Amino acid sequence: MSHWIVAPTLLPALTAAYLILFARNDIFHQRIVSVAATLMLVLLTFGLYQLAGDGESRAYLLGNWPAPFGIVQVLDRLSATMLLLTACLAFIVVVYAIHGWDRRGRYFHALFQFQLLGINGAFLTGDFFNLFVFFEVMLIASYGLMLHGGGPRRLKAGFQYVTINLISSTLFLFAVGLIYSVTGTLNMADLAAKAGQVGAGEVALLRTGALLLFMVFAIKAALVPLHWWLPTTYAAASAPVAALFAIMTKVGAYSILRMYGLVFGADAGPLALVAAPWVIPAAIVTLAIGAIGVLASRTLLDLVCFSVVASMGTLLIALGLFDEVGIAAALYYLLHSTLAGAALFLLVDLIAVRRGRARDRLNAAPPFPRDYVYGGLFFLAAIAMVGLPPLSGFLGKLLILDATRETAHAGVIWATVLGSSFLMLVGFSRAGSVLFWKSAAQPPQEEEEEPKRRVLPTVAAGALIAGMVLLSVFAGPVSRAVTDTAQQALDTRAYVEAVLGSIKTARATGH
Amino acid sequence: MSMEFLLASAIGTLTAAGVYMTLRARTFPVIIGLALLSYAVNLFLFSMGRLVVDRPPIIHPLATTYTDPLPQALVLTAIVISFGMTALIVVLALRSFLETGSDNVAMREMNEGANIEPRSEEAPR
Repeated sequence: MSHWIVAPTLLPALTAAYLILFARNDIFHQRIVSVAATLMLVLLTFGLYQLAGDGESRAYLLGNWPAPFGIVQVLDRLSATMLLLTACLAFIVVVYAIHGWDRRGRYFHALFQFQLLGINGAFLTGDFFNLFVFFEVMLIASYGLMLHGGGPRRLKAGFQYVTINLISSTLFLFAVGLIYSVTGTLNMADLAAKAGQVGAGEVALLRTGALLLFMVFAIKAALVPLHWWLPTTYAAASAPVAALFAIMTKVGAYSILRMYGLVFGADAGPLALVAAPWVIPAAIVTLAIGAIGVLASRTLLDLVCFSVVASMGTLLIALGLFDEVGIAAALYYLLHSTLAGAALFLLVDLIAVRRGRARDRLNAAPPFPRDYVYGGLFFLAAIAMVGLPPLSGFLGKLLILDATRETAHAGVIWATVLGSSFLMLVGFSRAGSVLFWKSAAQPPQEEEEEPKRRVLPTVAAGALIAGMVLLSVFAGPVSRAVTDTAQQALDTRAYVEAVLGSIKTARATGH
Repeated sequence: MSMEFLLASAIGTLTAAGVYMTLRARTFPVIIGLALLSYAVNLFLFSMGRLVVDRPPIIHPLATTYTDPLPQALVLTAIVISFGMTALIVVLALRSFLETGSDNVAMREMNEGANIEPRSEEAPR
């Protein structure tokens, strides 16, 4: 039993506590500690990724309570991949944030670390009630981060965001209660083992619980018709927070995969793949609405928000297949869309702050110094998000189209994916040409005192785009890795053995 | 009337009232609605271990049956979390009322113009 498995939750927890207790008033102290801790998290999760690379699921028994009774954390390829992605994204975002955003309210870094604690915990946990608790940790920190910077707009949007999440937490508890009342367990592995053996009279109750839980995850993943909170929230949040939130929707997608690929997977008897009939139709509508939203947006930030909705639709179409090829494609697209969404959020901020009074409105405004750099970065991020060659968005969509080729809905899926890509292409081209080409024709800005800009925020946004370039260049190894991950994620038996079998191991070693 | 009927109808009434209140247009009824929903879910979780009277929550050699202690632990966690969340959302609603002068939940009038405030990238040092 490797104790390192618990470290991705411990490190941010201790860092956050340290930041609140000892670095409350010293922003430089906070920055150093927060950046160093996030860098350590990157190294740590890379180590765990290597550890999980052998294809074995490892269970960590907290307090060494045997598995179905105590809380268990499970490290497998899927959770290790998600942890590594979170840590890399967090590092880039925190580097971006130390250039001013973190001073616009207190406790940015502490909340940031608590947010990482919640996300890492949600990826690692092997217990549904514990998942609820980590969701709450994640959400409570996200409320604080979302309100970071203040202002009436954020407060209004924040109230809506908190309300919808409190309702989803309530639904989560109802679902957990129903599942517990039928099966008597909340441990994912134990539940997976018992889900197939539920008596005929209780199947309906368990199905209700499972589908209520699906609704909770669908809210997190912004699946239609539960996606309305996303554009408002992300548009109101500050740029680094919106970029970090790019991983939060993926927590929903991850939970859907764990719950309905593994626990209520193909072996779950009458409840096998209970959510599968809902995922693909809802995802198709999500994609269509996202694309229409992109076309209809009047500000750059709204455009990016709706493109995130569309990318969640694309991701969940592939995930909804619940087979190896589909999940592998979904995971590749997940890696890509997290980076693409975060890169765009940072770029919008960089561009809007340079455009003076026009901000991010999609109308012509006087050009700003070095707009070719931001135009170029926006161009790269946009082609990645839309899914044009040669970047990873294209490869991701190609994998998804290939995975859905033989399915029943292939015609609808292909039409939606290709049609929405076209709509998004039009939307992004229009935005880019207005922002950079029409603006170039405008008379130059009245000579104001041009504030001194720092270069590191731009480098941070560029690093996310470089990540997508790497994802495209190393598409072969990455797609092999995600195929292995998908295979392991669907292997209910190995997961159950790893978690419940560890009772014997723990007793034998007396450890 | 049986215990089950009482508890079930209490949960149902609380949920219905909670859903109705959360759909109101002003912040205060919404908060009341969220509180009612959290009471409903706490009762619901509590009843998930089945309703029994006068049973120990542990397995004891003298007791023939026992009541399931786990839902009670779950309820305790849920109460703590929903209590904290209610406090947060009350403060949030109050602050938002003070800053915008309106306690309406909708954002209709807020959506005009650009999203990003000036000088977002670099604040004064």
